[in-house]
Amino acid sequence: MADSTSVTSKGSIWGGGVAPFNVSYGKMMMWFFLISDAFTFSSLLISYGTMRNKAANEHWPSPDEVFNHFPFTDAHIKLAFVSLMTFILIMSSVTMVLAVEAGHRFDKKAVVKWLVLTIIGGLFFLGSQAWEWYHFITGTHDGKLVEVMNEQGVWETIRIYGANMHHNEYGAQQFANFFFFITGFHGSHVFSGVVLNVIALLMVLNGRMERIGHYEFVEKVGLYWHFVDLVWVFVFTFFYLL
Amino acid sequence: MDSTHNLSAENAHVTHDAHAHDHHEHKESFITKYVFSQDHKMIAKQFLVTAIFMAVVAFMLSLFFRLQLAWPGESFKISEIFLGKWAEGGLLDPNFYLSLVTMHGTLMVFFVLTAGLTGTYANLLIPLQLGVRDMVNPFMNMLSYWFFFVSSVLMIVSLFIESGPASAGWTIYPPLSALPEAIPGSGLGMTLWLIAMALFIISSLLGGLNYVATVINCRTKGMKMTRMPLTVWTFMTAAILGILSFPVLLAAALLLIFDRSFGTAFFLSDIFISGQALEQTGGSPVLFQHLFWFLGHPEVYIVLLPALGIASEIISTMSRKPIFGYRAMVASILAIAFLSFIVWGHHMFVTGMDPFIGSIFTFTTLLIAIPSAIKAFNYITTLWRGNIIFSPGMLFAIGIVSLFISGGLTGIILGDSALDINVHHTYFVVAHFHLVMGVASLFGIIAGVYHWFPKMYGRMMNNKLGYVHFWVTFICAYGVFWPMHYLGLAGVPRRYYSNTAFPMFDHLQDLNVLITIFVIIGGLAQVVFIFNFFYSIWRGPKAPQNPWKGTTLEWTTPVEHIHGNWPGDIPEVHRWPYDFSLPGEEEDFIPQNVPLRDHEKANEHH
Repeated sequence: MADSTSVTSKGSIWGGGVAPFNVSYGKMMMWFFLISDAFTFSSLLISYGTMRNKAANEHWPSPDEVFNHFPFTDAHIKLAFVSLMTFILIMSSVTMVLAVEAGHRFDKKAVVKWLVLTIIGGLFFLGSQAWEWYHFITGTHDGKLVEVMNEQGVWETIRIYGANMHHNEYGAQQFANFFFFITGFHGSHVFSGVVLNVIALLMVLNGRMERIGHYEFVEKVGLYWHFVDLVWVFVFTFFYLL
Repeated sequence: MDSTHNLSAENAHVTHDAHAHDHHEHKESFITKYVFSQDHKMIAKQFLVTAIFMAVVAFMLSLFFRLQLAWPGESFKISEIFLGKWAEGGLLDPNFYLSLVTMHGTLMVFFVLTAGLTGTYANLLIPLQLGVRDMVNPFMNMLSYWFFFVSSVLMIVSLFIESGPASAGWTIYPPLSALPEAIPGSGLGMTLWLIAMALFIISSLLGGLNYVATVINCRTKGMKMTRMPLTVWTFMTAAILGILSFPVLLAAALLLIFDRSFGTAFFLSDIFISGQALEQTGGSPVLFQHLFWFLGHPEVYIVLLPALGIASEIISTMSRKPIFGYRAMVASILAIAFLSFIVWGHHMFVTGMDPFIGSIFTFTTLLIAIPSAIKAFNYITTLWRGNIIFSPGMLFAIGIVSLFISGGLTGIILGDSALDINVHHTYFVVAHFHLVMGVASLFGIIAGVYHWFPKMYGRMMNNKLGYVHFWVTFICAYGVFWPMHYLGLAGVPRRYYSNTAFPMFDHLQDLNVLITIFVIIGGLAQVVFIFNFFYSIWRGPKAPQNPWKGTTLEWTTPVEHIHGNWPGDIPEVHRWPYDFSLPGEEEDFIPQNVPLRDHEKANEHH
C-alpha cells in the first residue's frame, strides 16, 4: 500500500515511505503469525513438561516400549518408524525449498514437480501419524491388568489394551492425553499445510502466478511448511527422545 | 465484487455526487459501504458501535448484581422483568449472580475494552495518522470485524439459553468451568463461551497482524518511527502483545475443551462428585492459571496502553504543548510491554507458589512502577503551565491520568506478595483493577469518541452534555470504586452472592448501598453520552477540518470520508507530531506535513 517507494532523503530504511525489512506485508504477517503459533506450541510443550514433572512417582511410558512397531514386520525396532516419518517430513521441507527456488526462476514445471512431491511427503507423514496412533491405541497383544472400581463401588481386575483418553496400558494417563493432543494439534497443522500446498499448486497450474508476476504465495506457504516441520522436531524431541 | 458494483449503479450515483471532489471514486452499494466494508474508517465505526452495545449490556448485568449486593434478599421488579426465571419474584438466583459477574467481566474486558478500544482507534488512526490509504490488507481487516461480530452474537446468545451463561468467573478457572455438574453455567453456557472466545482470538489475530504490518511497512515518506504519534506506538505495542499472548489463551481453551468434552484430565485432579471419585485425575488446575494469566496480564496492557496513547495525544493537543519526554514515553511503553510478560505470577500468590518464586514475581511487578511513573509524570509535566482547553475529550484524558495514578498506587500493594495475600480475592482487588484498567481504559474509549468524533462522523458532539457526562461519570467512578478499597481491607470477599452469613461485615452494608447508588447515577450519565453520540451523528453541527488545531495527519484529510483518505497525493511528513506553541511562530501549532523552515533545520527536534 505504500505509495511512495523511493528511498527517503535521509536514506534511512526506517524513515517512512519504504518497507524497512524489504519484505512484503504478506510475508511479514506470516512471520508474525508463526511467532504467535510458536507461542501456542511452546505453551503446550511446557505444559507437557510440567505435568510430566508432577507425575514423577508414576511410571512415565518409555518411548522405546511404546513406539517399536514397523510396517510389514513383527520385529520390534525402537523408534525406527517415527524416524522414517520425521525424515520424510524433513525431506518435504527440502522439496518445498526447491519449489520456492523454482518460483524465483519462474520455472513453472519445476514448481509443480516440487510442490507435488511436498504434498506427497505431507500426506505420507499424515498417514504415518495415523498408523502410529493406531498402534498406540491398539496396544500390546497381552495388554495390562489393572484394578478399577466398578459402578457398585467394588474393586475388580480388568485387562486394558493400548491407550486412549481413559486408560493407558503403558503408564501415566497424562502421557496419552498430551500425546494425542499435541501430535493431533501438530497433525492438524500439517493437514492445513497440505491444503495450502494444494491451493498453491492449483494456482500455479492455472497460471495465476505468471499473471500476477511473482510466486510469493508459494513462498508464504513455504514459510508455514518449514515452521510446521520445525515444530515437529520439538514435538519429536519431547515425546520420543526425552 | 464487480457484479455488486454494477447492480448498485443507482446507489453509487448518489455517492458520486456527494463526493464530486473525490479522485478515487468507488462505486459502492449499501452492503459494501456499511456492512461488509473494507474501509478502515467504516470498520472502526462498526467496532465502536458494537462495543457501545456490548458495554450497555455489560453495564446492565452489573446493575442487577449491584442491586443484590446493596439490598440482599430484597425483591426488585426490574430484575424479574429483565432476567425472568433467573429472578423469580424479583429475587436474584444465586447461580445467576455468578453468571452476571462472569459475563460482566468477559464482555467488558474482551468485547468492550479490547475490541472497542483497539478495534476502533487502531483501525481509525493507524492509517490516518501514518499517511496510509488503508490497512495493508483490508479484506483481513473486514474479516477481523466479522469474526468479532459472530463472537459477540454467540456471547449474547449464551445469555438466553436455558442453563444460563458461563458462570465460573471471567477467568474460567477449572475445575468449576470444566465440570457441568459443578454449576449450571458450566454446561452449554461454558461451551458457547469457549467457542466465542476462540472466534475472538482469531479476530484479534487478524486485526493485530494488520496493525503491525501497516505500521512497519506503510508509513508515509518522512514518517520515521520517532515521528509517529504516541497513539500509534501504543496500538502497535498492544497488537504485538495480543499476537504473543492470545495464542497461549487459545492453548488453555483447547485443553479445557478436551477436559470438558473428551475425557482428558489436563486440569482435573482428585475430584469427588457427591461421594463418587471422578475418573479423570492426575491433572493440575494451577497449570490452567499459569496459561490463563500468561495471557491475562499482557491483556491488561492490551487494554490500557491504547488508552494511555489516546491520553498522550489529547493532553498534548489540548494543552497546546509538546508532549513532555516523547522518547521516555516510547521507552516506557516498550518497557511496560516487555515486563507484562514476566509478571503473571502475581495473580497466583495464593496458589501455593514457592515464596522465592513469589518474590521474583514481586520484583518484576514492582519494576512496572518505574515506566508507569515516568508516564504519569510526563502527563503532569505536559499539563504544567499549558494553555489548557477543557474540551470533554480533554477532561476524560485528564481523568485517565487521575485513575491511572490512584489505581496504580494500589497495584504496588497487590504486586507485593506479602501484602497481597492479606487482600487477595477481596473487594480491594476489584477496586484496584476497575480503577486502573477498567474505568481508565473506558475513559480512553470515551475521550477518543469526543476527540475524533469530528473525524469519524464529520460532525461535532455537544460540549455541554459532554461536561455533564464527564463530571457525573468521574465522580461516580470514584464513588463506586473508592469505598470498595475499605470493603476489601475489611476482608469482604469478592464474588459472594451475599455476606449476610458473616455478621462481622454487617456494619459495612451501608457502603454497599452507597456504591450501588453511585452505580445507578453513573449509569444514567451514560444515557446522556449515548444520546449525545447518536444525536450528533445526524444532527450535530458540521465539523471543520481541524477542530482542535491538531498537528497529526488525520486532520489533513477532508471532512467527508473518501476511499484512500487523501484526495491527491499522500502528505509527506517533515516534523514530529507535537510542534505546539513554538516560540516566534504565528500559529500555536504546525502540522506534521509542513516542511521545516530554514531556522528550524539548524536545531531539529529529532
